[in-house]
Amino acid sequence: MVRSRLLRVPAQYWMLITMWIRSSMAYPLSFVLMLFGSMVLTLMDFLAIVLMFSHISSFGGFSLSEMALLYATASMTLGIADLFTGSIERVGERIRTGAFDAYLIRPVPSFLQAAADGFALRRIGRPVQAAIVLVFALGRLHVDWTVARGIMLVVSMIAGAVIFGAIFVLGAAFQFVSTDSAELSNSFTYGGQAMTQYPLAIFGQQIVRAVTFVVPIAFVNYYPVLYVLGKPAPLGLPSWIGLLSPLVAVLMVVLASLAWRGGLRRYRSTGS
Amino acid sequence: MPLWLLDITRFERRLQVGVYWAIAVRSFRRFSTYRIATASGAFTNSVFGFIMCGIYLTLWHERPGLGGYDASDALTFVWLQQGLLMPVGIWGATTTGELGERVRSGEIAVDLYRPTHLLLWWLSVDLGRAAFQLLVRGGVPLLAGMLVFDLKFPSSLPAWLAVAAGVFLAILVSFGIRYLVALSGFWITDTRGTEQLALVLSTFFSGMVLPLVVFPGWIGEVARATPWAATMQVPIDIWLGRNPGGAGSALLFQLGWIVVLLLGAQLVTSVATRKVVIQGG
Repeated sequence: MVRSRLLRVPAQYWMLITMWIRSSMAYPLSFVLMLFGSMVLTLMDFLAIVLMFSHISSFGGFSLSEMALLYATASMTLGIADLFTGSIERVGERIRTGAFDAYLIRPVPSFLQAAADGFALRRIGRPVQAAIVLVFALGRLHVDWTVARGIMLVVSMIAGAVIFGAIFVLGAAFQFVSTDSAELSNSFTYGGQAMTQYPLAIFGQQIVRAVTFVVPIAFVNYYPVLYVLGKPAPLGLPSWIGLLSPLVAVLMVVLASLAWRGGLRRYRSTGS
Repeated sequence: MPLWLLDITRFERRLQVGVYWAIAVRSFRRFSTYRIATASGAFTNSVFGFIMCGIYLTLWHERPGLGGYDASDALTFVWLQQGLLMPVGIWGATTTGELGERVRSGEIAVDLYRPTHLLLWWLSVDLGRAAFQLLVRGGVPLLAGMLVFDLKFPSSLPAWLAVAAGVFLAILVSFGIRYLVALSGFWITDTRGTEQLALVLSTFFSGMVLPLVVFPGWIGEVARATPWAATMQVPIDIWLGRNPGGAGSALLFQLGWIVVLLLGAQLVTSVATRKVVIQGG
């Protein structure tokens, strides 16, 4: 029973997002402009780094190519998470107006509907530009490639996307408690992404502790990239700590699903 | 003209100013009701402020005196940037976003019925919003930054007055741009594309990604001459006392762009309202 329900999930999600894709294609010029805009907008952060490197040659012990790898993995993971679960932050609006009721009576899990609500294909702009920067970084880096490092890089990008996705869901779940707090979770997702573009050690030991043990965004890309580049980890942590990122991702998914269920139980309609 | 008629015109004119004032006041009150959203927004601004401080401290540690700023200037820049982001509307604002939406849906017809000027009506709405957000979303991050870092403040009354003028003019410049973006909907129906494009230009050229003083060579020259520079970099430089030609020429630079943008906005308004047929009418 549970298995057959799970098997239906991809098809249901696909059905919901194709609906939104069709609707966004109603204004093709606007869609192209927005896709292009989203690519350029997210590339700004990297442009800032390039502009910085017109004055400096090393940032916190990282060269431009190493910064590019860090940036690309940060942007890729957040981009994928934002594409698939980013819309969930709009749930607060639906809770406030009572429109969330509609999700509960349809034969598709409410979580899927909330995640697919207003699915914006233009958000693919961020992962695409991240891929371009990634190619640039890998072309210029002199990494001593081993199988383990290659696998780590690919796996960490999936795990990192899952961690960011879980943070999006946690933020959305919190909106069952406080409906107007959508921007609060931005400080963890977009704020987290802004931090993970840079070597986290520059923010000081307290912050590194916080992003390792409290909100584990250091596992999104920082520790995996340190492992790939063969750099030592801060706080005297072992250099293989990046290998734990899939484990952290699983843990975050468990936390997020508990929070979502908790929020759902707490939901009360507006009664209007 | 008989004297009594003159009196009535004068009275009407006074009434007009009163109308716009009332609109601004109500807009201010409207934004003051979104309490939790405002608080969580201010929190987010503060978090980003601390992140940017970590980045800029490293940058100015690697290259002291970069762009004519010392480390303390750079940190002050961060907190002013976070504080001005929402009031100035670097990433767009609710008010002009709504105007764009009304153009798209055709509800703008209602606005055109009103015996008020379209541009002044929305300017009043925007100024009410900006005033509220300046108090809260500007004040809270600055306070957070002050508690942790040693920030710079204007030292004299004239300097404070220049800052106040600079921020006010920055909001006007930003409004001019956002109004034109919203009215582009009269021609291309869905303004989200132009809004996105405006967002890109505004983020890059306002100094949001990196202070414009750090931009090298001709990119810097171009960036510092754009209207977006007048929305953030210029008022922050007035605060820091770092404008190349002094605060006076900085204010003139802002005024120049306001004249260009508001004349453009007025022109676009009259062309749009005369030529365009609203759907469903």
